[in-house]
Amino acid sequence: MTTPAPLHLAVALDGTGWHPASWRTENARPHALLTAPYWQDLITEAEHGLLDFVTIEDGLGLQSSHLTDPDDRTDQVRGRLDAVLVAARIAPRTRHIGIVPTAITTHTEPFHLSKALATLDYVSTGRAGVRVQISAKPHEAAHFGRRKIDPLPDGDYNSPAGQEAVRGLFDEAADYVEAVRRLWDSWEDDAEIRDVATGRFVDRDKLHYVDFEGEHFSVKGPSITPRPPQGQPIVTALGHASIPYRLIARSADVGYVTPHDADQARAVLAEIRAEQAAAGRADDTLHVFGDLVVFLDDEPGAARARRERLDALAGEPYTSDARIFAGTPAELADLLQELQAPGLTGFRLRPAVVADDLPAITRSLVPELQRRAAFRTSYEADTLRGLLGLPRPASRYATASA
Amino acid sequence: MSKPLKQIHLAAHFPGVNNTTVWSDPSAGSHIEFSSFVEFAQIAERAKFDFLFLAEGLRLREQGGKIYDLDVVGRPDTFTVLAALAAVTDRLGLTGTINSTFNEPYEVARQFASLDHLSAGRAAWNVVTSWDAFTGENFRRGGFLPQEERYSRAKEFLATAHELFDSWHGDEILADQETGHFLREAKAGAFEHRGQHFDIQGQFNVPRSPQGRPVIFQAGDSEEGREFAASSADAIFSRHATLKEGQAFYRDVKDRLVRYGRDRDQLLILPAATFVLGDTEAEAQETAREVRRLQVSGATALKHLEFVWNRDLSSYDPDGPLPDVEPDLGEHTVARGRAQVRMYRDPLAIVREWREKAEANNWSIRDLVIETGNRQSFVGTPETVAAEIDELVQADASDGFILVPHITPGGLAPFADKVVPLLQERGVFRTEYAGTTLRDHLGIHHPDAESRNERVAS
Repeated sequence: MTTPAPLHLAVALDGTGWHPASWRTENARPHALLTAPYWQDLITEAEHGLLDFVTIEDGLGLQSSHLTDPDDRTDQVRGRLDAVLVAARIAPRTRHIGIVPTAITTHTEPFHLSKALATLDYVSTGRAGVRVQISAKPHEAAHFGRRKIDPLPDGDYNSPAGQEAVRGLFDEAADYVEAVRRLWDSWEDDAEIRDVATGRFVDRDKLHYVDFEGEHFSVKGPSITPRPPQGQPIVTALGHASIPYRLIARSADVGYVTPHDADQARAVLAEIRAEQAAAGRADDTLHVFGDLVVFLDDEPGAARARRERLDALAGEPYTSDARIFAGTPAELADLLQELQAPGLTGFRLRPAVVADDLPAITRSLVPELQRRAAFRTSYEADTLRGLLGLPRPASRYATASA
Repeated sequence: MSKPLKQIHLAAHFPGVNNTTVWSDPSAGSHIEFSSFVEFAQIAERAKFDFLFLAEGLRLREQGGKIYDLDVVGRPDTFTVLAALAAVTDRLGLTGTINSTFNEPYEVARQFASLDHLSAGRAAWNVVTSWDAFTGENFRRGGFLPQEERYSRAKEFLATAHELFDSWHGDEILADQETGHFLREAKAGAFEHRGQHFDIQGQFNVPRSPQGRPVIFQAGDSEEGREFAASSADAIFSRHATLKEGQAFYRDVKDRLVRYGRDRDQLLILPAATFVLGDTEAEAQETAREVRRLQVSGATALKHLEFVWNRDLSSYDPDGPLPDVEPDLGEHTVARGRAQVRMYRDPLAIVREWREKAEANNWSIRDLVIETGNRQSFVGTPETVAAEIDELVQADASDGFILVPHITPGGLAPFADKVVPLLQERGVFRTEYAGTTLRDHLGIHHPDAESRNERVAS
């Protein structure tokens, strides 16, 4: 048997975990969710496990068990902090792990997000990324009052009609990422010259207007913030169907997909790679990670029992867009390697209960993968790009003045 | 009987995009790298300052159609820096300027509420307004507010943000693991606002933050600005740092509070001030002169005049007399993205005044800009500077000062190490933080107290 290539591992942080009853477990700390120490502890644990990065979920409305509407439930975690600010708050006290907050492209300003992520890259010295997400939720649009979003035809993003309805929002997201990337490039790396002899602080020939014109917005530029340490922080997106796959293929450095078996992974990868080639990016490294919800326990059967207890507390079985795994770290390592075979380069694990499953990932799964030579044994780079094997891009404007 | 000594409030403004920053000094560090902000914040916290202050810019400044290159250019994002600084400080207040024109209340309110949570109660918002299409070219909403609407939007923006902050009362989260009740009620954070500028409704998704509402600062010297501050702000940033002007401004603004049913101590008046220290008075004066020469090069002086003349003056000799042409009174196009441009509302009067002054004192263009531009507010030995600050505050010229050193980031250290101990000896500045939140430091009451009482009464 050949040794598989080392895989990349990220965890998706969301409240007390992805199971809606996770806040009711003994170690959950639901009262601490809005404090910095809570998030600091999680990222410290993730870094302890040498993970590539953490993502931080976000939204512009209260969490809901419905895909697009509020649900008026009082038995689940509700309320959360701005993910970019959480990321900034936890960055200075870690050294290696990447930090990837979620940003909603439908209601926010690309100029603001561009400088916020560039700054996150400065405060983390090169470990920033973003997960871009659309909002097709009518009630979130009402929080802004600037545009109306109609309810999805079948109440489902993933149906053909749902996909068609959100096509414009994904196109806007692609424009958004393009504008943000141009803003990151708008300062050449050596624009600050501090030339005392001529009294010039910057060389204005190395600052560039981005002049982005899209259907929904235009941005003049240049950015107010100089080019960040990574040149461009990494851009990530989650997809379940062709239209979001196209966004991943056109715009992302890392895409998250939700295959339930190796065949599905193969099919999704084929579609993304075709779109990537069509977008003229065939030679760029585009990671495609599999997303999995995980219940982990060293004791055989214990994870499944835990899942059943939580389902009973929640009053219904937990379902997810992603495959839900409950088992031992060795079983999960087997599954990851099986799903990796068709070409996934990493996984984003969603801990079902962050207090239990995050330490299980870092203290049991990671050593298991290391034993199989399938995961790093120390951080081999100081930047997120470095960890992901992505080169630091040159500014697209640099050649113009060279 | 003499009245008790007023306690002085001190804040530190990270020096950024303006010609007070002497970037050419060999000791000047980065104004972008996070390590600079950490050093600056830790000096301020070591000295028990009330808060650190960050300004904001949303478009690089231009002059004559070109990006302005003589001062520091570029800065990091305000929210992101403040949240990161919360990780490396414990008590220092974290104040950021955020524009109310190119943002939406739901997003800004959740960012400030988040910052307040993540800093355990140290967040403050300096609300500013803008209207110009030049900045607007970077944003979805484009340029543009009619200038007269900028305060009406700002006022409604702030009122709406307060409605969002107050939409959670602080007792909604039960997180009762036994019963399974996370929220007390499903409609936590419900709000509805229908106004001229915002028509929004739904549920705010950040529960009530430690300070209830972040502290609100306002800057602005105009009639509307003073009125806005008196009605809505916890502190006002002013430009009036001298005794007479400061007292007049102080009286004017404090008198306005009554109209809004507020006490005189519910709004602090904090002018911005620079400082230069020396071992002797003469040495400090000499250093101050050198600093001014570094801040105002010949090229900078000409550019400064262009704000008023609104025409290209690059052919003039900065060491020669003032331009003999008259200012262009058409639409202002030469200098864009500059706050100062708005200060010169009557160019003809300014030019007349400057010519008279230059002639009377035999000043060149550069001399004039040096003499009339931003001045070191406090120049002297640590003893004389401490005495002057104390006297100004005790005489009600202000409630304290926001200090802007001319060197990034270490320029605050001499003040922290030499002047602060003297203020402490005088008994007018804290030696330890008494509380943990910025409201504690400023002595501004917690709006939770008010809203809780209202809820109990109703």
